[in-house]
Amino acid sequence: MTVSPELDSRFRDAAAAEGLLDVAYDLVDSPVGQLLVAVTDQGLCEIHYDPEPEREEEQLARAFGVRVLRSPKPTDEARRQLDEYFAGKRTSFELPLDLRLAREFGRTVLEELARVPYGELTTYGTLAARAGRPRAARAVGTVMNRNPVPIVLPCHRVVGSTGSLVGYAGGLDRKRTLLELEGALLKS
Amino acid sequence: MMEVVTIPPFERFYEEQQSFVLSQLRRMLGRDAADDAFQETFLRALRAYPRLEHGQHLRAWALAIARNVALDALRRERASSAEVPDIESVDEPLPYEELRRLTEDLPHKERAAVFLRYGYDLSYDDIGAALGSSTEAARQATSSGVRRLRKKEQS
Repeated sequence: MTVSPELDSRFRDAAAAEGLLDVAYDLVDSPVGQLLVAVTDQGLCEIHYDPEPEREEEQLARAFGVRVLRSPKPTDEARRQLDEYFAGKRTSFELPLDLRLAREFGRTVLEELARVPYGELTTYGTLAARAGRPRAARAVGTVMNRNPVPIVLPCHRVVGSTGSLVGYAGGLDRKRTLLELEGALLKS
Repeated sequence: MMEVVTIPPFERFYEEQQSFVLSQLRRMLGRDAADDAFQETFLRALRAYPRLEHGQHLRAWALAIARNVALDALRRERASSAEVPDIESVDEPLPYEELRRLTEDLPHKERAAVFLRYGYDLSYDDIGAALGSSTEAARQATSSGVRRLRKKEQS
């Protein structure tokens, strides 16, 4: 017996409205491909490129609790701001973040990362210095690679000391696209 | 050794059980009332979900909740109708807690079968479907559970 789309979305809305979810997520289309956007009651907790929902659900459940449900409403604000960003109408995000999973150094680095302005580049070394560990450029690279909320926390603005793009968890093409969108790179 | 089945993210549970739950609710309540009961069933499941201890027999669990929700709806309907309520025909489940306590030492499958038969008055067909076994296996699990309970009572 098939559950109608109306009945289905009624339940998904009600589950969120009653505050019963550990994590609400939705799949969002963007110019850099489909994104999985997940929020907890504390804020945005994950943006994932090339999502495989079943795998991501498992990870979210382990991290935040088993009540993980696809429920669009709680993600509306993040989706709206992402749309504006991709339309070139937004240069900074105003979203509460849930970075519970990042610890100590990682969290300090992510906080510094949040301060890198739109359209500007910085280097792994500079970020390491700002986080109080000037020699930890490599560790900063690892933190960037595990950034739970790419785009919103702009790890795409972090490049190597020679100006090479180096790497990006979502692939270098996406890093280039985001930097071109922000006018930090000339279109090649 | 018993395999430990971990609890899946709620999304998986909801996707896997929704059609079974809706079928049972429609059988018990008809189409319109089933829609309201559907939402209530999964909200109740969601409230209890973090307290589950393992991921076994989730279908039986979901159907048991659905049945409770449907019985509540039938009771409300009778209470609000002008006719004298026909209490006899509402199969009152044994108090949940008492049944839970009585059956706590039974092997898992027998406990589930006894629970569904006497706690929720499911037919052996439904119990078989809920436990992923045949009608006959459901009947056997139930009666072997009951025999075990009788033996325990006599000892």
